[in-house]
Amino acid sequence: MTTETLIENIATRQPPVAPLAEGATGAEILIDTLTYEGVDTIFGYPGGAVLHIYDELWRARDRITHYLVRHEQGAVHMAEGYARASGRVGVALVTSGPGATNAVTGIANAYMDSTPLVVITGQVPKHLIGTDAFQEVDTVGITRPCVKHNYLVREASDIAGIVREAFYLARSGRPGPVVIDIPKDVSAAKTSYSRLDHVGFPFSGDVSLVDRASLERALEGLLNAKRPVLYVGGGIANSGAHESLQMFAETLRLPVAPTLMGLGGFPSAHPLSLGMLGMHGTYAANMAVAQSDLLFAVGVRFDDRVTGKLATFAPQARVIHIDIDPANIGKNVAPCLSIAADARQALLSLLAISREQDQQELQKALDAREVWWEQIRAWQQLQPLRFTGSLCQIKPQKVITELHRLTNGDAIITTDVGQHQMWVAQFYPFKRPRQLITSGGLGTMGFGLPAAIGAQVAFPHQPIVAVVGDGGFQMTNQELATAVQYELPVKILIMNNGYLGMVRQWQEMFYDRTYSEVDISVAPDFVKLAEAFGALGLRAERPDELHDVLAAALAHKGVVVIDVVVSKEENVFPIVPAGANSSDMILQTEGV
Amino acid sequence: MRHTLSIIVADQPGELSRIVGLFSARGFNIETISVGETLDPRWSRVTIVTRGDDRTIEQIVKQCERLARVREVHDVTTRPHIEREMALITVDASAGVGRQEVLSLVNVFRAKVVDISHSQLIVEASGNKEKVDTFIELLRPLGIADITRTGHIAINRLAAGEERNTHEHLLR
Repeated sequence: MTTETLIENIATRQPPVAPLAEGATGAEILIDTLTYEGVDTIFGYPGGAVLHIYDELWRARDRITHYLVRHEQGAVHMAEGYARASGRVGVALVTSGPGATNAVTGIANAYMDSTPLVVITGQVPKHLIGTDAFQEVDTVGITRPCVKHNYLVREASDIAGIVREAFYLARSGRPGPVVIDIPKDVSAAKTSYSRLDHVGFPFSGDVSLVDRASLERALEGLLNAKRPVLYVGGGIANSGAHESLQMFAETLRLPVAPTLMGLGGFPSAHPLSLGMLGMHGTYAANMAVAQSDLLFAVGVRFDDRVTGKLATFAPQARVIHIDIDPANIGKNVAPCLSIAADARQALLSLLAISREQDQQELQKALDAREVWWEQIRAWQQLQPLRFTGSLCQIKPQKVITELHRLTNGDAIITTDVGQHQMWVAQFYPFKRPRQLITSGGLGTMGFGLPAAIGAQVAFPHQPIVAVVGDGGFQMTNQELATAVQYELPVKILIMNNGYLGMVRQWQEMFYDRTYSEVDISVAPDFVKLAEAFGALGLRAERPDELHDVLAAALAHKGVVVIDVVVSKEENVFPIVPAGANSSDMILQTEGV
Repeated sequence: MRHTLSIIVADQPGELSRIVGLFSARGFNIETISVGETLDPRWSRVTIVTRGDDRTIEQIVKQCERLARVREVHDVTTRPHIEREMALITVDASAGVGRQEVLSLVNVFRAKVVDISHSQLIVEASGNKEKVDTFIELLRPLGIADITRTGHIAINRLAAGEERNTHEHLLR
């Protein structure tokens, strides 16, 4: 959507309720502007500095549902889960001081994974700012490096314009979080207010048009390439480019290697899919990138978990990079051609241009690529993703394949970070964008459960499973109370190995098996814990129990915690050691 | 290589720290920084002198452009430009030979004496970095007590041609 049409839409949109008469308080303006922005869901936690806002929120409870969380980090993760599942802007509301600092991890997570959020924080009254007042912290200062933009609101009359711009910034370009810090006296102050005061805002950026000449050169590069690879990431889901991506890949018969954030942006089971690339990517994807002569990158940022050692990443490849954030282009890898554009727009234009090509020439180019595909298929057959089964222990990979089977591959899956996350990425073939909600960039333990709750709010009838480790679960498990309170029937699948598994794996492989501080086997009984929260707790310890326990959990109408006791020292393979060449994968432990 | 970036940013509280924070967060270096009003008081110009290869500079420019309140970022160094810095230098200069020596340097560098006591002078010098550096180096053996420098400001030269000549004529 261009800025002009956006502003036009806003100007012509009918206010949902009658305009406020004769002035309004800051809190009233805030709630009214949120309503105007279409917000009907807020995740939050009250406190002294946001009392005026909560008072107003109570009066607006028929329009806005507030979900009372148990920790502010949970509120922001829920808002992110909600945003990533639905494509809308997530909204969180927390108080000053510790409320804001607790929210920081969630904000940073959303920043790294380009999720549109508006986080509203309370602040001490203006006259107390800078005096080390009770529950005062420099929220704007603390959050500055991990937001697209933030505001300290000084006048109640500024609130409407700021909220409007915040939503615009959060969702435009490369999406991200925006923080609005509102001092208590500002939310209480009365001012004149009309909803149409703030239709235009002075700082909105222009959406640039895609340059046709560059696109033509990009397509020409693709057609001339003998060993092309399409490397796609989170930008696909964010721009709604999945359909155009699929058409594009099919038209040009391109192998597709998604990043972790790109999973679901292209169907994992599609014959053109190589599976995830990068540190724990498939052999075929990493080999294809290593051997490719053209890396066509769309909606990605050449993260170190993808590239490994930069100097030897895709050494023979020319790089064409399309990304909406110009700063991502040339940041880690210098492309030979770059297009700063929305992924969907760029792919649609490329498709249109490809249709204008001489179709016989096009076919010839595609036929010449058959050699490349044979090579890729050989890699796929040589080293498919696999694991060794067991009759006496539940293998974590097996848990994921079983979960996939029982959910028909349709569930929305959220994860924390670590081994379980990689097994999900490897063994749960995703069908559609926004189906995997994972902490990709920041790698936040404890993200999965609250993110699942947020996703469930967006899709009350969709099966949603938080796959988490026993470590991460214990970082945010208090949010079980939130799920139970609001009857959000998320399923929490704990891959319980009594270890901080990924750290242990690195210690095993790169630190001489010195298992320094990774044993967390002294843990609560997760079944009893679930029951204490009013949820159902189930446990599977033997392989023959796995199917029935998972099936029972998925069939249950309420919140379920499934404690799956998995083999303790399982490793994630393949693995590219940090800083190594991406083709130097370790495929499995010696002797296994 | 040394680059001088000119950043036009909204004149609002906290915006300068956003730019400075970005430099430190991403490991870019700031050699000098100066801030002042532009023609339009709603906007400030931040002039930053930094070092880096072309790719680093390109990254800095793009990262600065991402900031919501930054209107434009120019690398002044890519085109002919004029750079100026001012320094206030307190020099030991008791009456006699020492003072004469300082004053002759002041004269050579077209600097200005702005304060004087029995034993010291405060000298105002301006010019490009090299000129100010050289001036300070020559004063150093005479005994510098204190220095304060503004950091660079820069502006691109006018396009060559008649118009410029006219202006130069007027300036004379």
